[in-house]
Amino acid sequence: MAGKRSVIPFGPQHPVLPEPIHIDLVVEDEKVIEAVPSIGFVHRGLESLVTKKDFNDMVYVAERICGICSYGHGYGYVDAIEHIMNIQLPDRCDHIRTILFELSRMHSHILWMGLMADAFGFESLFMETWKIREKVLDMLEAATGGRVIFSILKIGGLRHDVSDEMLKGFLPVLESIEESIRNCENTFLNDTAVMSRLKGIGYLSAEEAARLGCTGPFLRASGVAFDNRLRGYAAYGKIDFDVITSGEGDSYGRCKVRIGEIYQSVSIIRQCIETMPEGEVSVPVKGFPNGEYMTVIEQPRGEACYYVHASGKKFIERMRVRTPTFANVPGLVKTLAGCDLADVPILVVAVDPCISCTER
Amino acid sequence: MLQNLEEIEHIELLNKMKEISVAGYHIMQICATKIGEDYEVLYTFGKADDMRNVKITISPGVHIPSVTDIFEAAYLYENEIHDLFGIEIDGINHDYKGGLYRTSEEKPFA
Repeated sequence: MAGKRSVIPFGPQHPVLPEPIHIDLVVEDEKVIEAVPSIGFVHRGLESLVTKKDFNDMVYVAERICGICSYGHGYGYVDAIEHIMNIQLPDRCDHIRTILFELSRMHSHILWMGLMADAFGFESLFMETWKIREKVLDMLEAATGGRVIFSILKIGGLRHDVSDEMLKGFLPVLESIEESIRNCENTFLNDTAVMSRLKGIGYLSAEEAARLGCTGPFLRASGVAFDNRLRGYAAYGKIDFDVITSGEGDSYGRCKVRIGEIYQSVSIIRQCIETMPEGEVSVPVKGFPNGEYMTVIEQPRGEACYYVHASGKKFIERMRVRTPTFANVPGLVKTLAGCDLADVPILVVAVDPCISCTER
Repeated sequence: MLQNLEEIEHIELLNKMKEISVAGYHIMQICATKIGEDYEVLYTFGKADDMRNVKITISPGVHIPSVTDIFEAAYLYENEIHDLFGIEIDGINHDYKGGLYRTSEEKPFA
């Protein structure tokens, strides 16, 4: 006999959520029947600021869309403007931008590992992973001067160079990070208690994940080998890497893909350092952008789209940021329907939601 | 300059969406831009590293059809442009009726 249906509000404040998403969970006994999302608690209207800020200064605003994905947002915005203005960047700039992008991916994925460990109640693993993340932030700070907002990107290149000596100094640090991640990986992927919280939870088939517009590790964990870095932007076209996928399609698979991508980022950074070209890191930029362009990049959480519509003035008509978390909401809603109420926090965290980005 | 852009009338929208779906593209995003008194609605689709864009321009008060029967994941974008821009979209498969964005300021903003 069917039980009585109730609606349980999940968020915007919840111990497992560092950011405010609200989901109305329609439950019957302990089973979730339907999930209805709503957002807007940190909607700041950042996109509309393009109509009031000089297009050069807008880079700073784009970086502040989110504190975790800040580098990617800055990159997406400047890349769209650079395409509209037909600016050709020096190879060295592309290589350094790629290194910074991969360091950002590493710190985001390691941050997620900590949050996931916290979600399934493994406090020491949470502390261990965030300790590793500090090393990545140290490298970002050395290269850019910032640990959260880097402000090294500008339209036409980078604000300053990063010396070869410093980049070579990153190599032993990367090696130690790899070793530390390997130790944690063993717990994440082989510990019986952890596996019992992740295996088979939130299954999404490859067909469903693609149909629902899922992206990033969420999509790749369902076995779909799609990664926007294959488009070859920045220096990715010159770097050898494979798309990391997993056939599991569940929370365990999502974990496996993200851990695999940390090793992949280390490999990409090594290749960039080994093949680092000489030369300038920026070119002069004159005039105002006039036209439209859609930049698509692979942020740590997946595909992000940056649409810029400019009309030859200091101010831009429209900037639109389609963030990966926004695209992953239909997939999240699908995985929540039918799950046990106790698994909701794990499922939400497994998607790696970034609400600050999503609401802009 | 926008990649593979086609500008069409809003009454042609559903036929164009069917054509793009049959060609194997998935929806990447839908967004709106206020240009003067009118609204541009931009639909972006992807297939591997290929991209297509379709743009319609509508006057205030004009209703447009939902594309969620063709692209299921479009419902979130359609709810978003309804909430933020006030564009009326008919037949969304998951219509949150203005409840997707909960903001203290009154919506829509444009």
